[in-house]
Amino acid sequence: MITSARERFITYAILLVFVIVALVPVWEIVATALSSSSAVNTGVPIPDGIHLHNFVDAWNRGHFGSYLRSSAIVAVTVVVAAGVFSTLAAYAFGTMRFPGSTVLFYLFLLGLTVPEEALVIPLYYDLRGLSLTDTYWALILPQTAQSVAFGTFWMRTYFRNSSRSLIEAARMDGASSWGVLWRVLAPAGSPAITTMVVVTFMWTWNEFLLALVMVSSDSRRTVPLGLAFFQGAHSSDVSLLAAGAVLVALPVVLVYLFFQRRFIEGMLTGAVKE
Amino acid sequence: MAATESGVRERPTRSVAPPPAGLARWRRRYARRSPGEPRAIGYLYILPAVAVFVALVVVPFCQSVWYSLFDWDGLSVATWVGLGNYRSMATDPTLRAPFLHALTLLIFYALLPILIGLLLAATLTRVRVRGLTFFRVMLFLPQVLAMVVVALAFDFIYAPDGLLNTVLGWVGLGGLSRAWLGDFHLALPAVGLAGTWVGFGLCMVLFLAGAQSIPRELFEAARLDGAGAWQEFRAITLPALRPQIAVAATLTIVAGLRNFDLIYLTTSGGPGNSTAVPAYEVYHRAFETSQVGYGAAVGIALTVLVFVLTLVASRLIEGRRG
Repeated sequence: MITSARERFITYAILLVFVIVALVPVWEIVATALSSSSAVNTGVPIPDGIHLHNFVDAWNRGHFGSYLRSSAIVAVTVVVAAGVFSTLAAYAFGTMRFPGSTVLFYLFLLGLTVPEEALVIPLYYDLRGLSLTDTYWALILPQTAQSVAFGTFWMRTYFRNSSRSLIEAARMDGASSWGVLWRVLAPAGSPAITTMVVVTFMWTWNEFLLALVMVSSDSRRTVPLGLAFFQGAHSSDVSLLAAGAVLVALPVVLVYLFFQRRFIEGMLTGAVKE
Repeated sequence: MAATESGVRERPTRSVAPPPAGLARWRRRYARRSPGEPRAIGYLYILPAVAVFVALVVVPFCQSVWYSLFDWDGLSVATWVGLGNYRSMATDPTLRAPFLHALTLLIFYALLPILIGLLLAATLTRVRVRGLTFFRVMLFLPQVLAMVVVALAFDFIYAPDGLLNTVLGWVGLGGLSRAWLGDFHLALPAVGLAGTWVGFGLCMVLFLAGAQSIPRELFEAARLDGAGAWQEFRAITLPALRPQIAVAATLTIVAGLRNFDLIYLTTSGGPGNSTAVPAYEVYHRAFETSQVGYGAAVGIALTVLVFVLTLVASRLIEGRRG
């Protein structure tokens, strides 16, 4: 199609403007994190050199080392547990027929739209009754359940579209349903599984409300919660705060940059109903 | 459940004892449909997922409904109030305000991002963009940042000596500068614009994908007919993007109504209660002011709101097609 140079220019200009809009707050954080404390407080942050000591301070003085550890424990457990549970369930929903499967699947689908706010109050009292509040379990169990809804929905689509003949051939060769899943379908489905893993990882890593409600001791705080508490205590130490924010965001951003296609694909499908 | 267990234990082909009549009928119905395929074992595969989901989503949700019918401070004996909590939510203006705030915020969280996304999509249909991946990755970046980080960034931007006031000073509008998040009238739109920032990239990425897959011939034909940019947009781009708009509306509305983090971290519902939203009220009532029953009721009302709004939005947007 013939497009004039003017049209091209306008298109790229608009794109660029919005990219800048998307990056300004990010720049705000990164630049502040790199500045020495005396150099901030100007409205437009331009770092006066690169002061990495802010990160060291955040790590030690701000306990971010400990927060990152908590976050890693919770996120890895949730991703693995929810990933395995979802794959198993989606395999059954996608390839097998059994009474009640449709109803159960729709129940999962509803679970995708229920906001966490409608669950968090009973969850708190239930888990407190089991003496599980202020443990990692109080973060792991509810988030596994919430991720399972998305994971099952997401993986079922893959299993539905996986080749019938492939499954039948494997079964003819004497593979059990378990063998078909782990030796045939799961390896072929690694793109779908990767998407599920990275999206679940991000949601778990960024989770705030649940951590705020469930965790009271400093050593079990996850990074988002740690940053919020740090902000309450050191609101004037701007560059330290910004360095903490970078530490919160960096793991997810790195995974995002690496798997951007899977990430975007997964997040855009998360709330799509059939 | 009993039928489930026996069904799993005896794999259909290997049963020795004649099964009970009910099971036999059940087996005739389901076993015949797809020979050679595992069937009852399906229950075993879904068991872990269903177990955690029921225990930690379905049960708590039902408990929330139950709690919402009581007046309870979390410690002493709860008093049954029936639908009393919902009634006061609907009639008391201070309790109703958070819901109105949430609906106002949807202008910023859902409507604005979709309009911005459409603007971009409209310009993009005319030009094949190179480096689309780069633009996608950058525009989508706000979506992956933790809300804590977003909140901090906008705290900096809206601060009295922050970026926004500085820029206003540069362009000679220094008189407008203020502590944005502390202003009774402007705190809500200020938080809303942070939400716009989070959401616009998602809409753009969705519409970009949609717009670039519209057949070029349609536009060429339209141009031969002398259609201008606006007519082209109305006649071709907008109808073609309906499914994507519906998805964008669903995603942004759900995210917008669930926005606890941003409110809690930037304004805590203040100043006054000018930025209180239901998601914040749930936490605030249940865990800060010991109104557990009322907090639960807000949570349930929020769930209903999410369902109704997403349903209405997707019906309105997609329904007209047929």
